[in-house]
Amino acid sequence: MAGLLFASPWILGFGVFLLYPLIASLLYSFTNFSILRPPSWIGLSNYQEMAHDEVFYTTLKNTLLYVVGAVPLGTVVAIGLAMLLNSKVRGMAFYRTIFFLPTLVPMVVLGTLFLWIFNGDYGLLNAAFHKVGITAPNWLGDPAWAKWTLVLISVWGCGQAMVIYLAGLQNVPVSLYEAADLDGAKTWAKTRHVTLPMLSPVILFNVIMGIIGSLQIFAVPYVMFPDGAPARSTYFFSSYLFDNAFKNQRMGYASALGWVMFLITLGLTILAMRISERHVHYEGG
Amino acid sequence: MAKALPGRPNKVAKTALTHLVLVLLSVAFVTPLLWMLSTAVKPITETMTSPPRWIPSHVLWSNFPDAVKFNSKELGYIPFLVYARNSLIVTVLSVGGALISNSLVAYSFARLKWPGKDLFFGATLATMMIPFPVLMVPTFALFKWLGWVGTFRPLWVPMFFGSAFSIFLLRQFFRTIPMELSEAAKIDGCSELRIFIDVILPLSKPALAVVALFTFMGAWNDFLGPLIYLVDQTSFTLSLGLQAYQTQHGGTPWNLLMAASCLTIAPVVVVFFLAQRFFIQGIATSGLKG
Repeated sequence: MAGLLFASPWILGFGVFLLYPLIASLLYSFTNFSILRPPSWIGLSNYQEMAHDEVFYTTLKNTLLYVVGAVPLGTVVAIGLAMLLNSKVRGMAFYRTIFFLPTLVPMVVLGTLFLWIFNGDYGLLNAAFHKVGITAPNWLGDPAWAKWTLVLISVWGCGQAMVIYLAGLQNVPVSLYEAADLDGAKTWAKTRHVTLPMLSPVILFNVIMGIIGSLQIFAVPYVMFPDGAPARSTYFFSSYLFDNAFKNQRMGYASALGWVMFLITLGLTILAMRISERHVHYEGG
Repeated sequence: MAKALPGRPNKVAKTALTHLVLVLLSVAFVTPLLWMLSTAVKPITETMTSPPRWIPSHVLWSNFPDAVKFNSKELGYIPFLVYARNSLIVTVLSVGGALISNSLVAYSFARLKWPGKDLFFGATLATMMIPFPVLMVPTFALFKWLGWVGTFRPLWVPMFFGSAFSIFLLRQFFRTIPMELSEAAKIDGCSELRIFIDVILPLSKPALAVVALFTFMGAWNDFLGPLIYLVDQTSFTLSLGLQAYQTQHGGTPWNLLMAASCLTIAPVVVVFFLAQRFFIQGIATSGLKG
């Protein structure tokens, strides 16, 4: 009895704030509805419309490209930083704080700050490129670059993943490295055959959370590129969904978009788990 | 080239190289923040020089009060202090709610027995895969029906009902506390609530600090929630209100915007440094290792 009582806030929260909205949005996705108009059943129309909606494909492509860029890059940098910090250097706490600091910056501030730094005319970055005689790309104005600028910015926030990797690295038993030393293993061999396998469950966790988070990218492009400019290259799935729900008053269509996003998230998560099955090493089975 | 001597010199070189790489990376990570600080104390004329100026001709501390009491013809009056108060209200209520609800629920998952517990815990973890946008429309409709749109309630009330990640984190931590402690307290006639409050919570400060910090950051920095639910400019939180300093047609007062941004980040940085010791320890011991 006590158990259920203690868990009751979450049992309610689970039902009201997760299960109900999830099912309701599936039902809404078969309707036409706005704040002013109650839902009316229109069957599969929203999904049929989506199949011919060019903006839907554009935002989906943009979002997937962003995930493909941001997740691997963020993972490699976060693991790299964690390994450097784990190598028993002095001042580890200091460096750790420096790398973690950017994750404290609100998305809105982050967006404005990088709008300022990547600015084509007065930006700090292009001034630096200019000084060494390189013609820098037009980061924010060129459709070919704007999306990748956002990927670069995302790396700046990899501190949270880094802290989790660092905790994982510190849990790797020293005895494994000693055994590898006895076998004459070099640094790379130890990384490849001891560190990475022992870290693999943490990597899987972070990669999955990274995919789920990146698929929802919203605030930074919303602040930096209010219209998804240039040429809709920074118009992402969440922004399109938000615009449909709250600007165009098409909440049924927005719900259908939401379910597509949910299914994609689910699919990619399962894919990541499948791929990892052969590579992830769980201690003690 | 002669083979490197075994042992010391090789190791010294390696340590030096590690430091070099770390210093370079630190510079890359900290430069944007320093640039924000530098811009925040510049006169507006020096924000747009080519090449950029790092050190202002004179440090203009007055940018901070100017940003707080901002009033211009193009952008109008920006009530920074009202935004700050709104953010504070939402954040304090969110952190309070998160600490109470998540610790109770995690205690139940970690140390109590009830039918269906393991299945429900699995379902709880699975909900971390649900993207927020899919829930957005029905949740909005729900709060609209309750008449809560335009108030702070949609932003903090859900925090009193738990969240999967915090529950998971606290459960992992509670499980590391020996069961014997609970059993001894039970023999002394303590109720579950007493054990929870007097035995478990005092031992769990690091994990509670992590949950408090994450919730604090989440609530203080949240953009999408306030964007959906707050209507009146006077009810905006800081993260939503900061946009008011930007114009679409150039002429953004970058120095004041950066000053306001610094003031927005400051509380988070202070809380982080206060909680840091707990924070690292909490992450390391709550078994965020998969």
